[in-house]
Amino acid sequence: MRSGSHLEEVLRGGRFAVTAELNPPDSADPESVYERARMIAPVCDAINATDASGAHVHMSSVGVCALLTRAGFDPVMQVSCRDRNRIAIQGDLLGAAAMGVRNVLCLTGDGVQAGDQPQAKPVFDLDSMTLLRTASILRDKGEFLSGRKLEVPPRLFLGAAENPFAPPYDFRPHRLKKKVDAGADFIQTQYCYDVARLREFMAKVRELGVDQKVFILVGVGPLRTAKAAEWMRANVPGVSIPDEIIDRMKRGGKGEGKRLCVEIIQQIREIQGVAGVHIMAYRQEELVPEIVEEAGLLVRDAMKVHP
Amino acid sequence: MLRFLQNSPHALELVYAGTSKMLVPFRRVMKRGSRMERLFIHLEKWTKGATFDCRMCGQCVLHSTGMTCPMTCPKELRNGPCGGVRANGYCEVLPDRPCVWSQAWERSRKMPLYGQEILHVLAPVDRRLKDTSAWVNHLHPELLKPPAGWES
Ligand code: SF4
Repeated sequence: MRSGSHLEEVLRGGRFAVTAELNPPDSADPESVYERARMIAPVCDAINATDASGAHVHMSSVGVCALLTRAGFDPVMQVSCRDRNRIAIQGDLLGAAAMGVRNVLCLTGDGVQAGDQPQAKPVFDLDSMTLLRTASILRDKGEFLSGRKLEVPPRLFLGAAENPFAPPYDFRPHRLKKKVDAGADFIQTQYCYDVARLREFMAKVRELGVDQKVFILVGVGPLRTAKAAEWMRANVPGVSIPDEIIDRMKRGGKGEGKRLCVEIIQQIREIQGVAGVHIMAYRQEELVPEIVEEAGLLVRDAMKVHP
Repeated sequence: MLRFLQNSPHALELVYAGTSKMLVPFRRVMKRGSRMERLFIHLEKWTKGATFDCRMCGQCVLHSTGMTCPMTCPKELRNGPCGGVRANGYCEVLPDRPCVWSQAWERSRKMPLYGQEILHVLAPVDRRLKDTSAWVNHLHPELLKPPAGWES
């Protein structure tokens, strides 16, 4: 065990894992975090706290995670390289670990142009790869990047993202391997609406033997309407939705997005090397319990925190 | 002409290998802060600027990135593309430009010499070396050492 987090326990125990994304509030009230957490926590193994995703500012991921650990939930703290340099990030990793955070997802981050404050300075001092390696140096060598020793190193389960649905498609499996070399213990992918593409990707990943070294959780999420899907495809970086899916959303009635999501989960589950799903139900958290239940993935052992 | 050059990664990697060998005898005269360095900064800006749109990061890794300058990626990524590359292979941040990393990957496949380097993790950028000459720095490996914690 690298971290002793609930998520790590579940994955190492070989159970198909479920993580879900919590949309951080535009609020300074802890209750707005707990309200959302209570909705998804009973059905998942860990809760992702996003770090100003889409370059939109919300409550910080450190803040959300600190609240979650206090209440006994197991968070995945997302860290992006867009807003902080290596000095700030290493400090945040220690602080978060001290607050009981055990899972960290290392991201490059969406460009500032995607958000509502495009005037901001993009930092990108590290990239997702060097961030991963930096976090594993803190954990494994007990040192900062500079070589200076830590008194007590953080215990972390390190995650990274991959997007099998964005070009250059044949580089993606190699890039995944690179992330494992840099220190990734688990992967959470971008939204999957193209299972055929995922199958191809996973075949190559297995060929490289990477599925043996890392736990891969595939991203899924319910689409709200055909129109929302078209908007997402055009405006959210890295989201790819095939025309067939949009057509199906147009034809289908209410609840089609949820049905589709459940179907995709069931197909993903059959793919060798997939260790779990990561549900991102943007502003539809209330759907997460139904999705998990209908996909036959109800979590039996409740999430617990390891102080 | 320029396009042709950029799309001949194999020729470029040969030039790259040649340049790094050719520079070796000049080690003694090419020092940081010397007049020679200033001359080389100009030369490098001019030649690599024209060929690669080089941003003078001072720690050249072109052979690891398909002879495509990674510092022209708006996120300055040196270890591979972000997850935002558009379906048409264009950049997330600058939608009317091809993703630097899509090009880098394709070109690396045509590089028998260094093509596999793209698969290795590169250290974080040393921001102090910005606007210095990578050629000069190349001759003084102590200038290009990654942070102490990075080396294992
Ligand atoms: S799409 Fe390509 S060039 Fe644009 S920011 Fe991402 S990696 Fe860099």
